[in-house]
Amino acid sequence: MSEQVQLDKKKSMKEEKIRAFMKNKLAVAGAVLLLTMIVLAALSPIIAPYGFDEQNYEIARQTPSLQHLAGTDELGRDIFSRILYGGRVSLTIGIISVGIGLIFGGSLGVIAAYYGGVTETVIMRVIDVLMAIPSIILSISICAALGSGIVNTMIAVGISSIPTYARVFRSSVISEKSKEYIEAARAVGAGNARIILKHILPNSIAPVIVQASLGVAQAITTAASLSFIGLGIQPPNPEWGALLSSGRQYIRDFPHMVVYPGIAIMLTVLALNLIGDGLRDALDPRLKR
Amino acid sequence: MANENILLQVNNLKKYFKTAKGQLHAVDDISFTLEKGKTLGVVGESGCGKSTLGRTILNLIPASSGEVIFDGVHVEKADKKQMKHLRQEMQIIFQDPFSSLDPRLSVSEIIMEPLEIYHIYSSRQERQKRVEELMDTVGLARRLANAYPHELDGGRRQRIGVARALALNPKFIVCDEPVSALDVSIQAQILNLMQDLQDQHGLAYMFITHDLSVVKHISDDILVMYLGKMVEKCQAKELFRNHLHPYTNALLSAIPVPEIGAAKNRVLLQGELSSPINPKPGCRFANRCRHACEKCFEEDPALQEVLPGHFVACHQIERIKEEREMRNE
Amino acid sequence: MSLLELKDLTIHYFTDEGVVKAVNGLSLSVGAGETVGLVGETGAGKTTTALGIMNLVPNPPGKIVSGQILYNGEDLTEKNQIEMRDIRGRQISMIFQDPMTALNPVLTVGDQIAEVIRLHEEISRSDAYIKAAEMLEMVGIPAERLGEYPHQFSGGMKQRVVIAIALACNPKLLIADEPTTALDVTIQAQVLKMMNDLKQNLGTSMILITHDLGVVAETCDKVAIMYAGEIVESGSLEDIFHHTAHPYTKGLFESIPSLKKDMKRLKPIKGLMPDPRNLPDGCSFCPRCPYAKEECASQDPKITEITPGHFVKCPYWKEVHLNREDL
Repeated sequence: MSEQVQLDKKKSMKEEKIRAFMKNKLAVAGAVLLLTMIVLAALSPIIAPYGFDEQNYEIARQTPSLQHLAGTDELGRDIFSRILYGGRVSLTIGIISVGIGLIFGGSLGVIAAYYGGVTETVIMRVIDVLMAIPSIILSISICAALGSGIVNTMIAVGISSIPTYARVFRSSVISEKSKEYIEAARAVGAGNARIILKHILPNSIAPVIVQASLGVAQAITTAASLSFIGLGIQPPNPEWGALLSSGRQYIRDFPHMVVYPGIAIMLTVLALNLIGDGLRDALDPRLKR
Repeated sequence: MANENILLQVNNLKKYFKTAKGQLHAVDDISFTLEKGKTLGVVGESGCGKSTLGRTILNLIPASSGEVIFDGVHVEKADKKQMKHLRQEMQIIFQDPFSSLDPRLSVSEIIMEPLEIYHIYSSRQERQKRVEELMDTVGLARRLANAYPHELDGGRRQRIGVARALALNPKFIVCDEPVSALDVSIQAQILNLMQDLQDQHGLAYMFITHDLSVVKHISDDILVMYLGKMVEKCQAKELFRNHLHPYTNALLSAIPVPEIGAAKNRVLLQGELSSPINPKPGCRFANRCRHACEKCFEEDPALQEVLPGHFVACHQIERIKEEREMRNE
Repeated sequence: MSLLELKDLTIHYFTDEGVVKAVNGLSLSVGAGETVGLVGETGAGKTTTALGIMNLVPNPPGKIVSGQILYNGEDLTEKNQIEMRDIRGRQISMIFQDPMTALNPVLTVGDQIAEVIRLHEEISRSDAYIKAAEMLEMVGIPAERLGEYPHQFSGGMKQRVVIAIALACNPKLLIADEPTTALDVTIQAQVLKMMNDLKQNLGTSMILITHDLGVVAETCDKVAIMYAGEIVESGSLEDIFHHTAHPYTKGLFESIPSLKKDMKRLKPIKGLMPDPRNLPDGCSFCPRCPYAKEECASQDPKITEITPGHFVKCPYWKEVHLNREDL
């Protein structure tokens, strides 16, 4: 009879972890928030009341009203619409840069950790050099070298995040590599490729997922910083950092031009951080629930 | 000697590890032969090198020197391709039924992996069928096929390990303390299973354990290890009736017997294990042995065939035999 | 009066996945200077019982649902944490299975022994260290090693240090949870002998939790066999070993490979211990019992006292009794 109970409650690890995540109210709130922002950003062409570059000098610098939920900027553009469109840019940059970091940094980290020896030393020393350069300066240099624009911004931010992912993957792989089930896989004839792809990677992913969710937040902030100083996204593209930058001069008299884009950044980063924390708790096998 | 029956021959096998403090002599000059369908019990306590021995024989750890000849092939010299071929014939069951299973794979995925690697059968359905057959063989209910290791108890998890080791129809399985982590009543179930499998498939086992009562039951020959060295080897029955090496004596007498009053004749070992790192010449057991003489501290005792099929590495063997005869009279 | 008496102790864990009935109506008594072996396999509830006595059951999700723990006549379940802290270490001590993780790696062994002494006695630092040195010698470690760190000791030695800490304040009762299971068999022999000698000298009572009947035979005066949170049989060493009465106890004896006899096949107990979240009705051993009759599945058996001090929880103990002789 007791065996029956075990079977009925049979859950895969994935479902258990999703359940654990769902129990964390803050994490769920973060997920909902992020999902809302993504949906809004995606639907921006449909729901934005105005175009992102609709200029109208007569209504410039207006404080928030019913027609302009976040007010207007110095060229009379609706800030709310610009925030919505800007969301697309910022979120895309965030996700793609992390993607670049994951793929390249991850590969380097996995190879270094799995093969060890000279390979590891060489790769990790290169990573060390990259890491020694403050990431913001690194991304500034790359942006300055490549030029501005969305793609180059993504590349710059992506490259500057490579060291982080290389390290996270490396430490994860090192800890999995010495476990007995890897030895067992070797004993049944598995080759290196199979061991890495089928055994090590799936089991190393947990800390990476956490790092990645926090990383998207970092990438968005970095991109915003780049635009703020004039690199990165150029006008009239409505990236959130660019919005902050152009509103900078009007802070004292027309703070709404800066506050609302700032809130957008803050909410997104908050959502991502909550999700990251929730994931870390849910994925940690040692935390007993 | 029936040479066609010898499946595994190990000659002077050594495995040394480089550590910060020097060379760690994990396996130091082990030699034995194993016939098809037979079981060699390898007994010793922690640090004796028995687990390293098992893994070195399978070339999961490369040997430092010596030979491992499996079915005529030199395992220690095998290249990647040869090794892949050999792995089909030589398998291993691990001690820890949890850490030896990939926590992200289901029971059937774990058992199917060797079949996939070696492209046994051409279709997934055929492989699935074979997995189910294997699960039947080891006594795992088929409905557990999609369960995950963490949902199952130690006994069931260990059965998964056995099924995986059997998947490729090997001739030889290294069993590294396969029942140590299990409850007594489950141990008995798994040991019976392993014996049945041996009878049905003619499997040869190298059964590594620290529990002499388990090894007596399942072994044909027993090899006793101490700090990387072979101290005694003989037939299982002979070891229990007429063991000669002082360490074997201490080991046997230390086992708590479930009988009232059994602890009286116990030989208690004094002192601690000497270090396996850069060991000095001389018998490694000398510092704890009550028979030790000067020679024991200076010269490594060689393995001698003291009785037919009974090997002991001890300088004082004659004295010990005499003492025993006197006691028996 | 016994030193420790557990009366109908019931401890449950209230988790999201159901109520885990770890200990169900357990009764046990330990006299002064007596060693009681608590024998059972994984999941029987032995560690929970030990933690319950010390009021260390993690709460949530665990709770002592009912029953009494009478230590020298006083009910420990009614004491608060401050009172319990006074008792732990001084009156009742506990040692755990894994010596590797029981010691603090950044403190010397001398510090750790002295810490316990100073917690319970008004004594100067230097005096505490003198006592600590004495304890080390008592467990067979040279006093000069007082200033060394745990990692400098082997497994067996670490466990001796753990025992020294536990006995430093001369408690009346020591609860030892599988103290030698993680040790090599020759080291186990040394540690068991040391524990036996110490017990004799200090007059400590002990509850020895183990699954190894061999260890029980060497160290215990009384034995209690635990299954699914209950004591199914208890009595003196002689009662349990020579007059086995419960089918589970008999099964345990039969599944151990014997050093003396030649066996073709072992006799395991079929099946598995029941899930404590879903215990069967009636006798919890019934599904695995070779002597089970129809009523066993629905009627929880009563406890019978076969001979003075020998208790068994099975109405068919006579059948088991008869069959034991051939072993």
